[in-house]
Amino acid sequence: MITSSLPLVELRSVSKRFSRPAGVAARIAHRLGASAPQGTVHAVEAVDLRVDQSEVVGLVGESGCGKSTLGRMVARILEPTSGERLWKGRPYEEYEHEAARSERLAIQMIFQDPYASLNPRMRVADIVGEAPVVHGLVSRAQRDEYVADTLGRVGLDPSIMRRFPHQFSGGQRSRIGIARALAVRPRFLVCDEAVAALDVSIQAQVLNLFIRLREELGLAYLFISHDLGVIRHVSDAVVVMYLGRVVESAPVAELYAHPNHPYTKALILEVPDVAARRRRYTPIRGEIPSPLAPPTGCHFHPRCPRAFERCRQEAPALREVAPGHASACHLNDS
Amino acid sequence: MRAVAPDDPPGPRAATGSESPWVRAAAEFAESRLALFGLALLALLTVAALAAPWISPQNPYDLAQLDIMDSQLPPGMHSESGKTYWLGTDDQGRDMLSAILYGLRISLTVGVTSTVCALVIGLALGLAAAYLGGWVDAAIMRLADIQLSFPAILIALILLAMLGQGVGKIIVALVTVQWAYYARTVRSSALVERQKEYLEAAQVLALPRSRIVFRHLLPNCLPPLIVVATVQVAHAISLEATLSFLGLGLPITEPSLGLLIANGFQYLLSGRYWISFYPGVALLLAIVAINLVADQLRDILNPRLKR
Repeated sequence: MITSSLPLVELRSVSKRFSRPAGVAARIAHRLGASAPQGTVHAVEAVDLRVDQSEVVGLVGESGCGKSTLGRMVARILEPTSGERLWKGRPYEEYEHEAARSERLAIQMIFQDPYASLNPRMRVADIVGEAPVVHGLVSRAQRDEYVADTLGRVGLDPSIMRRFPHQFSGGQRSRIGIARALAVRPRFLVCDEAVAALDVSIQAQVLNLFIRLREELGLAYLFISHDLGVIRHVSDAVVVMYLGRVVESAPVAELYAHPNHPYTKALILEVPDVAARRRRYTPIRGEIPSPLAPPTGCHFHPRCPRAFERCRQEAPALREVAPGHASACHLNDS
Repeated sequence: MRAVAPDDPPGPRAATGSESPWVRAAAEFAESRLALFGLALLALLTVAALAAPWISPQNPYDLAQLDIMDSQLPPGMHSESGKTYWLGTDDQGRDMLSAILYGLRISLTVGVTSTVCALVIGLALGLAAAYLGGWVDAAIMRLADIQLSFPAILIALILLAMLGQGVGKIIVALVTVQWAYYARTVRSSALVERQKEYLEAAQVLALPRSRIVFRHLLPNCLPPLIVVATVQVAHAISLEATLSFLGLGLPITEPSLGLLIANGFQYLLSGRYWISFYPGVALLLAIVAINLVADQLRDILNPRLKR
């Protein structure tokens, strides 16, 4: 099959800039000669990403590094400022017409907050069953049966259908959110910190649910998390982001065994490990810089223990350091 | 085996089954006796006002039924024609009880109608401002700012001076001074709701825009609006009474409560208190009842006060 060689989702040099729209007063002040305060945030800068069929790509980074923005662009919630998004090798824009609706529905998103992500005024049956009925995947008469089936798939009892979201715990709510996405028969799920708000024991259950669904339905995932342990557990390949740029990407075993970029190294070496019985940790110096005023050159240089002159001036490009393993660091050139 | 996810103890409310948010709100509302009393009083006044043509002893608008010989009789007085005026009569021989019931009818109609109209207009404009943003937002909200920066009574006075008297005209005036409250309330809660992930989820599920706005966004913006609307009904009634008292609201042939008060005002110091006093009591009861209900609604619908 030709399509199997094509990636399911591909991003080519996708960027997202947020600029504060100038208000009327600010625009008048600008006309009169006042210097406008620069308010443009480069949330995501020229990111390439590739997710194959049934592959799980982990996207990891500190909060504020643009990983959620990237996920929302993949899920069509946000439009990129520049760059190209491809689904099965063709641009997203080609799927805008009515006939391609099922292709658009094939990308779904699982959200971080199990409380805010369910409409509090709808019953579970409506939350899960609304979109399939609207899109004609099932008839109105078959809806309840279909919803019961979908709920069963995520490990929920169908008898909860008539209830409202406030009657559930965090773990149950996140299962309802997963059922809502599954109800439109997706091929690809963007999971934005999907387990971050849950207790550790429930995190494990939901992660195992994701893994089971992948086996049963052949789903591919973009799994966004700040938690390296979670990423290691579920991913085939990992992409590390720092302040809007990809700094390293590699298959999961390779990345954890041979991290190349100083940022990745710091992240992986500092994961607390009971077995290693380490007592001392060296945290990364300082805070993540403001994306309003990113550092020149390599974004990581103010915090990098091995930074040198070139890092301050020139942004490093992603280069392959081993098969399937790319890193953006000037140290690899010397 | 598939069962309910075993990851949690059922919440305290889980046992009560599938009650909707509105049913829950009703149960919480009933927790306050004072609010229930207000609701009962309001229901009584509403029924009395609606049934006025059938329960009042006399049609106060029908001049043929008025007897000038019966004018200014004190409460409880029997007239020569054998009628009993339980709340007395005014200077034209109108039975005050009948006049109050009819006046209440007009006051409540004006208050509720103007509130509903203002609510619908404000809701549409506020949602448009929040959802469309940009210059639409700026235009609507600046208009609301301008409107709110003038005293309501001033705008209503100017409008009525231009339009003239009548029930329809006073409703137009009240809607004009009230829509901005709703527009602001809806806009602010819609802006908050817009950030929430369930709306992003609706977008990813490719639901039609109209469905997202009316089935997802709108129902979640309603609670604060209901509170504002209840308070504003009381406000509209007292504003109408004020305007009528000043002689700008309704014609003297169809007296509302405010006009009845104005009517008896000149006799107040000469001992014939009842012409102003009883309509005043009726107005007070209506406004207090509405405010009691509004207070409790605000408590139960405000998420920050959730117990």
